[in-house]
Amino acid sequence: MRLASEVNNTENKPPRRVIPLSVEREPSLSAAEHSAVVEVCGRLAGLDGALLPILHGVQRALGYVPAAAVPVLARQLNLSVAEVHGVVSFYHYFRTTRGGRHVVHLCRAEACQALGGRQLEAHAKRVLGIEFHGTTADGAIRLEPVYCLGNCALGPALLLDEQLQGRVTAARFDALMQGCRSAAEPEAS
Amino acid sequence: MSAAAPVKVYVPRDAAALSVGAEATAQAIGAEAQRRGVPLELIRNGSRGLLSFEPLVEVATPAGRVAYGPVAAHAVADLFDAGFLHGRPHPLAHGRTEEMAYLKDQERLTFARVGITDPRSLADYVAHGGYRGLRAALELQPAAIVAAVTASGLRGRGGAAFPAGIKWQTVARASAVQKYVVCNADEGDSGTFSDRMLMEGDPFVLIEGMSIAGLACGATRGYIYLRWEYPQAHAALAAAIAAARAAHYLGEDIQGSGKSFELEVRVGAGAYICGEETALLESLEGKRGQVRFKPPLPALAGLFGQPTVINNVITFASVPIILEQGAEFYQHFGMGRSRGTLPLQLAGNIKRGGLVEKAFGVTLRELLYDYGGGSLSGRPIRAVQVGGPLGAYLPESQFDTPIDYEAFAAIGGMLGHGGVVVFDDSVDMASQARYAMQFCAIESCGKCTPCRIGSTRGVEVIERLLAGEDAPRQETLLRDLCETLTYGSLCALGGLTPYPVLSALNHFPEDFVKPERSSASA
Repeated sequence: MRLASEVNNTENKPPRRVIPLSVEREPSLSAAEHSAVVEVCGRLAGLDGALLPILHGVQRALGYVPAAAVPVLARQLNLSVAEVHGVVSFYHYFRTTRGGRHVVHLCRAEACQALGGRQLEAHAKRVLGIEFHGTTADGAIRLEPVYCLGNCALGPALLLDEQLQGRVTAARFDALMQGCRSAAEPEAS
Repeated sequence: MSAAAPVKVYVPRDAAALSVGAEATAQAIGAEAQRRGVPLELIRNGSRGLLSFEPLVEVATPAGRVAYGPVAAHAVADLFDAGFLHGRPHPLAHGRTEEMAYLKDQERLTFARVGITDPRSLADYVAHGGYRGLRAALELQPAAIVAAVTASGLRGRGGAAFPAGIKWQTVARASAVQKYVVCNADEGDSGTFSDRMLMEGDPFVLIEGMSIAGLACGATRGYIYLRWEYPQAHAALAAAIAAARAAHYLGEDIQGSGKSFELEVRVGAGAYICGEETALLESLEGKRGQVRFKPPLPALAGLFGQPTVINNVITFASVPIILEQGAEFYQHFGMGRSRGTLPLQLAGNIKRGGLVEKAFGVTLRELLYDYGGGSLSGRPIRAVQVGGPLGAYLPESQFDTPIDYEAFAAIGGMLGHGGVVVFDDSVDMASQARYAMQFCAIESCGKCTPCRIGSTRGVEVIERLLAGEDAPRQETLLRDLCETLTYGSLCALGGLTPYPVLSALNHFPEDFVKPERSSASA
């Protein structure tokens, strides 16, 4: 984009510092990502209140909801970019960054706290070397907080991808992570 | 049963059972049976709710179902050797399931079939009394259905305990081209899992209850708003809805009655606030889950602005038995203005955690010790949080409170969704109070100022109080802030966060004055 300052510079005046109004452009979607987003919209846009099902569909297809998908979704659904961004950012489940072949949702709620959930949380962060929302350096595991998995009598609990785990001790956590990192998919226990 | 008929063996597919190895147990049983050439029929039931015994394996014998648990995969061969297929003794055997102390005196009305039937089998549901409520409802005028629900005394089981019949009547009397039935399955309270267990263990009863609500209110479309954290429940509901539709219990012209009801599951995306009914409706409409001002009531202007019945899973699931057995039958259970039964959930540091459905009136102490068997750690129980993250922390002196909406209100607590979270004496109540404020800050929808800003300021004030920075002044400030949250918040999230905070402060003041404290309790 040509800025007004560049036009002015042609007249031998000292350059003025101009802060452009346009925000940073998001890296655009790859062709495959773009077509996945359009496909999900095409399939679900007819639903009443379609945005949440569509965002779930995008996250399922791409592993996250890229910021660059927001204007595409807005155009497809005839919503403003702000409306779509507002929904994506409101819900904890929608991730806007890529990363993590496996996702660990670790419960932080009271019933798990009563059984050492806080200590498990500290252990998880230490052995993975990441904070919540982070992904391990090898890209294998992403750690996310969650508030209750409905396994409150068998805590501490976590959800490894879609598999609920209960009575998770530090040793069991390490074994589960080991399973994620071995070449094979983690086996359901 | 002839000798050649395959023995029926039950291994739960409930998510909690799977979380401690039920899938591996089921596979081991199948493989072992094949290896030995023994014919057996493996049924994946819901959980009986004795979660400390999961994976709980049951075998159908001529004398009834016999329970073994917890059965790890490596114990399976030993069970075969001991003759468990004939219900023979074994160190893991508990005798007849129905006679187990935990289950024997429960009053299972809503959970009557959970753990007993195959949740994927409509035929099994019907064989165990399913769809009798709907058949009864199809014979009645809509007003008579509403009257039965009102007379039963059923109150909303999600937490607010509003009389269901009154809500239904408001919707039934409203006129609109399209009305909706919405099920709140966004069970986000810590310590609660009854909705999950019911949807996984007996999804048809929820579908039946919602269909009856549709008939009563003239609503032809329904949504189940399910939290994403329950993928197992999603699968169970999807299968049940497909089966019900195929058998004309859903869709157009239900059972030849000329009435129709369509049902769809929608999945949430991790927002506690979407358990609040108006935030849930916003979310269903594809928006941010922000709380709406009331009025208008959702009963008059709910989903997409249309009259909407919105109730919790357990509320809808309690309706079929009311229609089947009559309002009087249901009303007969309970105490005071709390009628019927409540599925309670024993959670946290408890020896025998699980689901206990009892008539209102059972005391907290009976639940904790008679059913729960005390703490899992074996240490004394110091505090119990009833009603989720917005419920009060109760000290030992209040354990004799009966499970009753009004009795809990009288001690500055609430029953909420019936979750009971147990803490032993290693708990640091000041950090629990801080967590309650922090949770409110994380989950606030941001619409009203007391909740959005007050929760963050609340965390800061508690931190200063614990650091001993002019503690009396900080305590005054905290109490003042809690008053603002209580009376100034738009919904229960901000309005009830003071419950856990102030109950911790009032009942366990000693935890707030220690000069030195570790950040996490040992």
